[in-house]
Amino acid sequence: MNRAIKPAPIRKSFTLRATPEKAFAVFTDDFGRWWPRTHYIGGSPLTGAVIEPRVGGRWYGQHEDGVERPWGDVLVWEPPHRLVLAWRISHQWGYDPNLLTEVEIRFTRLAAGETRVDFEHRGLERFGDSEAAEHTRKSMDGGWGAILENYRAAVAA
Amino acid sequence: MTNAQAFAALADPTRRAVFERLAGGPRAVGALAKGLPVSRPAVSQHLKILKEAGLVTDRPDGTRRVYQIDPKGLGELRAWLDRFWDAALDAFKAEVERQVSKEEETP
Repeated sequence: MNRAIKPAPIRKSFTLRATPEKAFAVFTDDFGRWWPRTHYIGGSPLTGAVIEPRVGGRWYGQHEDGVERPWGDVLVWEPPHRLVLAWRISHQWGYDPNLLTEVEIRFTRLAAGETRVDFEHRGLERFGDSEAAEHTRKSMDGGWGAILENYRAAVAA
Repeated sequence: MTNAQAFAALADPTRRAVFERLAGGPRAVGALAKGLPVSRPAVSQHLKILKEAGLVTDRPDGTRRVYQIDPKGLGELRAWLDRFWDAALDAFKAEVERQVSKEEETP
């Protein structure tokens, strides 16, 4: 029997003491303010990060060497309730325009000026479509493993 | 085993809880079952499915078996992304709260 298999996305939900307008604005306009500086691709340190405010807009990191390194683009731009970003950073931690995984953030107005945030990163099975796992493992162990450790240390400090 | 099957194995919340515990390091079945609202045989069953999906591996340690996330599998990537988004969203939340508090202070 043929069963359709639905992969499990990464999901996060939490409540913010702010309006959806405020939450959406901080997520997008102020993206570079809160995005962890320890999370980037390429060899040059991250100095900023940008989400361009329109469908088709770019989502990218700004780096010390002056290069902008793309992560993907805006698929849905519906302020202040919904944002869908294409995450095109491959399993090998490089930009791959042919890879499509989706990051969706929904902002729902609750009573008393609060907002519920529902986050989802889906299409994870597509990571496996690209190149060999061997290469992936190497770059993860050598690159992001170390970056994550730095990040943990920074948070703990 | 395809990646889709690997991720489907994580669609079950209990199985995901077992998997997430392994993100903290290798554990034996008994340690994994502690604090979970399911029996030890049920945990073993979940581990069997996770193993078949290529997400975890096991090795004998004396009379027991120790399980860990398969470093060669997509499980490691998912676990990484899961922690990564926790950290990023915490930073987002902190920034919203910082700005809101600041606005409230300003008359």
